[in-house]
Amino acid sequence: MPTDRIDIRHVARLARLALTDDEIATFGPQLGSLMTHVDALAKLDTENVAATAQVVPSRNVQREDAIRPETILARDVVLQNAPQVQGPYFRVPRIIAEEG
Amino acid sequence: MDPLKDSARAIARDVNARTTSAAEVAEALIPHVERVDAQLGAYLELTPGLMRERARAVDARVAAGEQLPLAGVPVAIKDNMCLMGTRTTAGSKILETFVAPYTATAVQRLLDAGALPIGKTNLDEFAMGSSGENSALGLTRNPYDLDRVPGGSSAGSASAVGGFEATLSLGSDTGGSIREPAAFCNVVGFKPTYGRVSRYGLIAFASSLDQIGPFARSVEDAALVYDVIAGKDPLDATSVDREVEPAAGALREDLRGVRVGVVKEFGLGDLDAASRAVYEAAYADLVRLGAELVDVTLPTAEYGLATYYLIAPAECSSNLARFDGVRYGLRVDGADVGEMYERTRAAGFGPEVKRRILIGTYALSSGYYDAYYLKAQKARTRIAEDFARAFERCDVIVSPAASSPAFRFNAKSDPVTMYLMDYYTIPGSLAGLPSLSVPCGAALPEDGTRPMPMGLQMTTPLFTERALLGYAHAYERATMHAEKLTPIVILSPPPVIPSPTTVILSLSKDDQR
Repeated sequence: MPTDRIDIRHVARLARLALTDDEIATFGPQLGSLMTHVDALAKLDTENVAATAQVVPSRNVQREDAIRPETILARDVVLQNAPQVQGPYFRVPRIIAEEG
Repeated sequence: MDPLKDSARAIARDVNARTTSAAEVAEALIPHVERVDAQLGAYLELTPGLMRERARAVDARVAAGEQLPLAGVPVAIKDNMCLMGTRTTAGSKILETFVAPYTATAVQRLLDAGALPIGKTNLDEFAMGSSGENSALGLTRNPYDLDRVPGGSSAGSASAVGGFEATLSLGSDTGGSIREPAAFCNVVGFKPTYGRVSRYGLIAFASSLDQIGPFARSVEDAALVYDVIAGKDPLDATSVDREVEPAAGALREDLRGVRVGVVKEFGLGDLDAASRAVYEAAYADLVRLGAELVDVTLPTAEYGLATYYLIAPAECSSNLARFDGVRYGLRVDGADVGEMYERTRAAGFGPEVKRRILIGTYALSSGYYDAYYLKAQKARTRIAEDFARAFERCDVIVSPAASSPAFRFNAKSDPVTMYLMDYYTIPGSLAGLPSLSVPCGAALPEDGTRPMPMGLQMTTPLFTERALLGYAHAYERATMHAEKLTPIVILSPPPVIPSPTTVILSLSKDDQR
């Protein structure tokens, strides 16, 4: 069982997910076991098979570049679910470090 | 008239004829649901105020001469669909306080058709799960055995209809999340063709697979909902612009001339003896109704799970990137924005969601894309081709909807064991096909005391919903399996018996076997 096959810490960083040591210990073997199951796919011949992009026949659809009032939310409605606001803005922690 | 037990069709007929009113239906339902849900836990939030408000609006419209297809019909909504002004949590701590600022198209169409929203139902977090146990916000029980799971991910929507807490409900199905809980809860669960029903306002899990569909206590009621919610929506570019043939009034009563495909790879050999007997009897009933059984093969079906558990997590990891503590939901502060993201997501997501985000991120990460995601999308093409080939020889494919009846809580702690529950439902999902589960009998689990319901899955070619519902209706009318079981949560007010558990009584003949 390739339990350490996935570098969980690296993947978690990519996923912006902080994991505890316990989680790393649990998820590592679980994901390894799942990926072993998934490896069976290698046996399936997909030479000259197109990848599915859409399961139902569809083509690119263009619409008029017009405003749909029913899809527009008022600013205060949008901000109402925000964890932190400042005036009419979403407030976030510092993104760019101050110059030393 | 009994609004707790009547069909949607009967309720709408009576409300439209004004022999009863939507207000009366609402007043009958609200106290009943408040009482029963203390046991079942199908709902995360009840919306009695909204229900009464809509009931008044429906009565006014009917009084003004309108006839509405779902006039006064109580419906429950899976809590991954937005209903303006109600909390919409997806069963996750990360959205625990989120209040929907708009209404999903499918939900709006139900309301416009006269339906009354009872509340928002529990689900596996972000619809990821097969038992209902992955909700971060509540425990939903199976109405036929309170010690067993309702199935998932549309746990509350199935439990509510099976337990007579709603006449209809909406669920969503990505790899079986309507069909499997429908089988567990003795109801009809129907996933239309991918793209038939708008996903606008549905919290995305795996966008190339997600589809909204109904739960009902009869095929006819499921068809009634389908007729209301299906069709092109300008707000969802992936909704299909194709005429919807109304199904509710066009359901057949027999299966004469219908070729029913029995899939070699979906043999009954892996089931326990009691379950196998249920399906053998179901197939015999199909023949009795005039169908011809045809052996078909789906050679790539065995790759379904592997394919699905790459594609769905990959899409989930991408879709759930939006939960970053900035615009909505939970935020856990950190020293900088990166730490804030990581802590927010660590605190907000449960274990199954984290697992799938990790799998998906890994499968999409640099160097692995071709081996995993691209390979899976090619496998998906082969699975769809297998179905197309099978449908040259048959009109409908049947199989079990799940590999066992509802199991006990905490019975499947290993994720891969849980994923195997979806063995029968996943291939059809990958091919985008319309598929449903209809009650087909009951089996006594080895560790159980009551026979538990089971579901027959039927799957047909793309866009043939009307035919599919017709086959299921013919089978249902001839067998009436759902009515042979009674939920453990009794329907009328509890009789006066001096016991603290008076409401847990069984009434059905089946239960006394």
